[in-house]
Amino acid sequence: MIAFPIIRVVTKLLIPYILLFGFYVQFHGDFGPGGGFQAGVILAAALILYGLVFGLQAVQRVVPAWAVEKMMAMGVLIYAGTGITTILLGGKFLDYEVLDHHLLPGILPHGQHLGIFVVELGVGITVTAVMTMIFYTFAGRKHVL
Amino acid sequence: MNLIVFTILAMLAATAVTVARIRDLWAAIMFTGIYSFLSASWMLILDAPDVAFTEAAVGAGISTVLMLSTLVLIGPSDAGRRKPALVPLTVVAITGCALVYGTLDMPHFGDPNDPIHLHPRPSFVEKSQVDMHGLPNVITAVLASYRGYDTLGETTVVLTAGIAVLLILRKEKDEPEREAAAQ
Repeated sequence: MIAFPIIRVVTKLLIPYILLFGFYVQFHGDFGPGGGFQAGVILAAALILYGLVFGLQAVQRVVPAWAVEKMMAMGVLIYAGTGITTILLGGKFLDYEVLDHHLLPGILPHGQHLGIFVVELGVGITVTAVMTMIFYTFAGRKHVL
Repeated sequence: MNLIVFTILAMLAATAVTVARIRDLWAAIMFTGIYSFLSASWMLILDAPDVAFTEAAVGAGISTVLMLSTLVLIGPSDAGRRKPALVPLTVVAITGCALVYGTLDMPHFGDPNDPIHLHPRPSFVEKSQVDMHGLPNVITAVLASYRGYDTLGETTVVLTAGIAVLLILRKEKDEPEREAAAQ
């Protein structure tokens, strides 16, 4: 890829905006189109683009494989953990209403809003990690890139 | 509007036929990418921007890259047979006819009397502003709150898929040694 300076420069210019768009889709998902799944794949696409142009080693210096493995499970843990938290606070599983009265009322948004936000974050983390990990394993089979 | 719709649908059909006919795998992968982009535009016209996001990122982006990396592993040649296959053609034709026949019973696109427009969607749309304390995006409300269990299951499916890919494809650390020992 050293032979393609235009691709390298354009990729470097684009990646921050792709990441920014991914985070926008993640955190604005309650208001506009988007949410965890969409944001996850956009963020993973940015990482994969970086890996394609600069090589697997370069992208694994940014996000090492062991961290991606942990993130895969962490997203589901955040999601299910939200459900467990609502049980511990006296509600039903994933009943976000109870978050309203217990977690920093007045500072954090309403229960439903907070619950949806956290749960979408979990989805986003898992989707990003799984997509990136699939790319890592495919690309790592041989020294492809 | 109709002109755009018909152009996109015609291009989708043309791309699909090209993918099926073309023997060069690299070109076929590029055409599946084009197909995904066209589907993303089509979904945008159907007012489903989130699905269009996903289609553009997954279909055109990630899966194209994955197919290209697979191509590097297996080589670009296609050993496909050239002689006409009558039985599969018949099966596909019959299935296609059955599917088209099945769509005849479906409600027309955008018909306000569709079952999905009568139940339970209206209650979600009407109640979500109150239920969610003013959260404007009904789709997010349905996915993460009304159908929270469902989305938890979907996320688990994604995790399971990732674990399965890891288990099948990950190179063992001692693999080169084992190959050396086998020789």
